[in-house]
Amino acid sequence: MLHIPISRWGEPYKSLDIDKVVHFETGEVLAEVSRANGGLVERDMRYAQRARDVLREIPIKELLQMVKKAADLYTSATLPLGNGEQTPEQFVRMQSATTGLPEHMCRFNMTKNHFVLNEMEKILDALTRGLDLTVLTKGYGVESRGVPISYQAQSPVLGLVLPSNSPGVHTLWLPIIPMQIGLVLKPGPQEPWTPYRMANAFIQAGVPKQAIAIYPGLGDVGAAVLQYCPRSLIFGGSATVEQYRGNPRVQAHGPGFSKILIGDDKVDDWERYLDLMVDSVLVNSGRGCINCSGIWVSRHARKIAEALAERMGPIMPLPPDDPKAALAAFTVKGQADAINAEIDNDVKQPGVHDMTAKFGPRLVKKERCDYLRPTVILCESPEPAIAKKEYMFPFVTVVQCPQEKMIEKIGPTLVCTAITEDPKFQRALLDAVHIDRLNIGAIPTIKLNWLQPHEGSIVDFLFRARAFQFDGMLKV
Amino acid sequence: MSTAVLSSELQEKVQHAKEELDAHVREIIRWHFSPDTGTPFWLEKARELPFDPLKDIQTFDDLKLFGHFEDDWLRGGPVRRWVPKAYAHRPIYVFETGGTTGIPKTRVVIDDFRIDYEMFSETLPDEYFPKGANWLMLGPSGPRRLRLAVEHLCQYRGGICFCVDLDPRWVIKLIKRGWMEHLRAYQDHVIDQAMTILSANHEIKCMFTTPKLLDALAARLEKEGTSIAKMGITGIFCGGTEMTSQWIRFAIEELLGPGVYIAPTYGNTLMGLAAADMPTPETGYKITYYAPQPRAVVQVMDFDDYEKEVPYGHEGRVMLTTLTKEFFVPRFMERDEGVRELPCLKYPWDGVRGVKPFRGFAATTTVGVY
Repeated sequence: MLHIPISRWGEPYKSLDIDKVVHFETGEVLAEVSRANGGLVERDMRYAQRARDVLREIPIKELLQMVKKAADLYTSATLPLGNGEQTPEQFVRMQSATTGLPEHMCRFNMTKNHFVLNEMEKILDALTRGLDLTVLTKGYGVESRGVPISYQAQSPVLGLVLPSNSPGVHTLWLPIIPMQIGLVLKPGPQEPWTPYRMANAFIQAGVPKQAIAIYPGLGDVGAAVLQYCPRSLIFGGSATVEQYRGNPRVQAHGPGFSKILIGDDKVDDWERYLDLMVDSVLVNSGRGCINCSGIWVSRHARKIAEALAERMGPIMPLPPDDPKAALAAFTVKGQADAINAEIDNDVKQPGVHDMTAKFGPRLVKKERCDYLRPTVILCESPEPAIAKKEYMFPFVTVVQCPQEKMIEKIGPTLVCTAITEDPKFQRALLDAVHIDRLNIGAIPTIKLNWLQPHEGSIVDFLFRARAFQFDGMLKV
Repeated sequence: MSTAVLSSELQEKVQHAKEELDAHVREIIRWHFSPDTGTPFWLEKARELPFDPLKDIQTFDDLKLFGHFEDDWLRGGPVRRWVPKAYAHRPIYVFETGGTTGIPKTRVVIDDFRIDYEMFSETLPDEYFPKGANWLMLGPSGPRRLRLAVEHLCQYRGGICFCVDLDPRWVIKLIKRGWMEHLRAYQDHVIDQAMTILSANHEIKCMFTTPKLLDALAARLEKEGTSIAKMGITGIFCGGTEMTSQWIRFAIEELLGPGVYIAPTYGNTLMGLAAADMPTPETGYKITYYAPQPRAVVQVMDFDDYEKEVPYGHEGRVMLTTLTKEFFVPRFMERDEGVRELPCLKYPWDGVRGVKPFRGFAATTTVGVY
């Protein structure tokens, strides 16, 4: 049996508490994973500074080369995993088997991670706005115009409490190692695969093993990571985001509530944007925070909803190894039932219509997993609660709302694609502080420019720009 | 696995313990259901029962006739209905459960906490818990049995017990409100109190604490350049919340070192204290608890049928029966689950290991908070 130990700064530690990772369709046990306890994390944080120290001994330029090499190892090599090894194909199958994502989507996520690793030099250059990267190592430098600058690391390590449902999020932590900051990873219970494979790829590429720790576990481990790492990222629901709002130590990533807004000047041509809308809702089985969950228009809402329903309504679950599979399985018992019941309850509200109802039941129950088929909901106004909901399957509301009310009514929006050439509307969109990533034009919500920050700059989160003056006495 | 695998010596002891338990059941039933000594709650309840406890309950197995004790009976007053008539003029303590859900359960006590902890005292090795040593009680204070019981244990062994203030209900509120900074500050406040006591030259050698507080105390001591062992602590009585084999191994290997004994316990206000020997690497740090039979009995019941005990080595929900002259609780389904374990020579009755929150409640209850 494949056993995946805790990695205490690269040293394997087999726990007496073991969790089994099972195949969502067959129930087959794919691996046993050692479960850490919170005290272990606290104790190991004594070596957090060592993680940064060993990374700082390697120039960032060399680390970037290692990251590039790790990209290839991650996608192509057989890498060690616990007491065994794992080929790229085994990785895809295992990730699919435990997360419910179809295999071709897992492969796509691998490609995405490879791209980010491979382009890391450009990404860091963009995220730091062209900063001489030795400033991150030394903590200071001098701009070409002669002004001294200082960027001070706020933590020797970044803690990550990772999710199970969306392997796509791993791109967010890939730039950390080349910034000479260590990693403390708590994998999602169904997705230990990416953190371990990526860590092994980094180590094989030359990154010191003392720079990365991995602690699979339950809530107490997540809490310990957040408590003992001075900077952490956590992924969760709205409640998690709310809990950590305003906490400078934690960057919480939750639902995106991403949307497409079509301006009055373009809405009569809505059919031209149908593919864009379908892709934004459907890609990656709607699991990402960047998937569109709301399309807002002032007119033609019913026709748009009907057209989306015609395109997505007939989609049925297919086996995970089918290249045409568009839907991910729900592998956590009861989750799909709860979502289905909530939607059924919401569509009873006046002015709310389930446009995909005619294509058959939304909930498909299998022996060990469930599926939710694509759902398009027409809302005659922004008022019903469902108008602003998001679920982790292809779910979208088409909301009828006057253009002048849209920005006020859409609520927090991670990615907003605005299809409009109206300068007044564009100005208002640019000024709206509840919109994070703004696309003006026919750009799918799921199309990210990796050279731009996502939900706040990770560089600003980890490094503080501050004043620093020196004279000839400076020796470091 | 069955009791057939036991040695003949152990089988004999198991049989003897069973006979002793049956005799004890008869005595306790007589006490609680007799009009002159009985407990008002049970005397009243007897009128509704379709059987006569005094006649029909002759063995432990006969307690099935009572069905299952409902914990709501312990919520709210009047509390005097739980005081046996024979004890009506004795000084009465009332202890409350943690209060994780609604109105707390209350239990009246006269001497039980002293008796239970004196029995538990016999299980502690004198080498690590020296007689006459002073103790630190680093656990919950307030209306809980644990605080007085640990103090009594210390006094019974000839020592003086130092205590801290710790309100677990406030801790639960902090967690439920997501005030994690406040939670950390409160934990620091509790550890500050412990550090003050430990640094004041009180010759403390033993302590009670919970797993989380032991983690926190050890970490603080290490930051200060010292350790539990260097502070002179040789014996730790640990309980109050769930303890896994992994945690106890971590504690022994990384927090305590070879010179410190840790005695894991499982118990609550209703039951008393189930003891376990110090786990060792040879047994995979297995923690098996044995109830203080015949005063309390722990059984492991089938998740789908609470009338059926699971076979040895199988998981089920913990069922507790308390049988003292002060308190009779038949067949109470605990908020925990575990694995049924075979009797041993030291405890010739069933044990339970791998105790953790019952899967049916685990998601809705805030536990392990102090």
